[in-house]
Amino acid sequence: MLHIVNKSPLTSTTLDSCLNTAIGGDILLIEDAVYAATCGNAAEAKLKAAMGKFKIHVLMPDLEARGLGNNMSAGVIPVDYAGFVDLTANNKSCQSWL
Amino acid sequence: MSSIEVGGKSYETDEEGYLTDLSEWNKEVADYIAKTESIEMTEQHWEVVNFLREYFEEYQIAPAVRVLTKSIGKKLGADKGNSEYLYGLFPYGPGKQACKIAGLPKPTGCV
Amino acid sequence: MSTVKKFMFVNRKAPYGTIYALESLEVVLITAAFDQDVSLVFMDDGVYQLKKGQQTKGIETKNFSPAYRALEDYDIEKLYVDEESIAARGLTEADLLVNVTVLNRAEMGALMEEQDVVLSF
Repeated sequence: MLHIVNKSPLTSTTLDSCLNTAIGGDILLIEDAVYAATCGNAAEAKLKAAMGKFKIHVLMPDLEARGLGNNMSAGVIPVDYAGFVDLTANNKSCQSWL
Repeated sequence: MSSIEVGGKSYETDEEGYLTDLSEWNKEVADYIAKTESIEMTEQHWEVVNFLREYFEEYQIAPAVRVLTKSIGKKLGADKGNSEYLYGLFPYGPGKQACKIAGLPKPTGCV
Repeated sequence: MSTVKKFMFVNRKAPYGTIYALESLEVVLITAAFDQDVSLVFMDDGVYQLKKGQQTKGIETKNFSPAYRALEDYDIEKLYVDEESIAARGLTEADLLVNVTVLNRAEMGALMEEQDVVLSF
């Protein structure tokens, strides 16, 4: 299934809840959650550690909007809005970790 | 906001005639609302209205008709816990009409 | 008749601070009319929704917590609470106002994976 996270990992434990609960599949980082997928962010290590279990995607327009389009962590899959739609369509269900 | 006049006192209601403040409810208001719904209150009507008030006191929600029917059945017996009996008393819906008379909000999920 | 689907409501917000908890409860009560297979999950701050003894007079807000005890009347009997979340908040099952099944994170994740529809609050 698809898990969507939209909170910064430094102001909310949402990303942790997602990583600790979800058993696999796709994770899409949008809005403030995109900070987690940037070089040097405190959450980068745990995101890297989770890459064996999940495919981690980041919504590029949100990353670019925050001036971090060139700072994406290695191994993260960039997606545009069409890619967001594909992820939603290709998964059986979706949980938004609001 | 609308209001109704009963016994010289004004009671605020919503557009559909449900009391805004359920703590203002009394039997006189209940009788008045019943009349506007063309219902002559009998002991059987009061039994349902009182049941609803107790249910609301306990759970803070007006039960859906299905839940009301089942709960009435448990409390007052199977002869009363069925749609025929309850719609007989409140032809336009036991949820809508009885809740209005009981001073409760419209049941959640009641369309 | 249409087939029954598995619906899960995931509640992760404390009550009163935001409207999520109340909105979720209202949707759950409405959904009950459709006779689906409904599960309610309480995790993270969402477990605070089930804390016994809520007294909201002082904040002039409706205390909707008694309604969780009515869920049984609505045939909603699958209530799950995340073990870590209650432990992290100094709570135990005895602090909750309804009977629940306590699951660890792995069990919760597996249950979520089984659902046809997941609604997030």
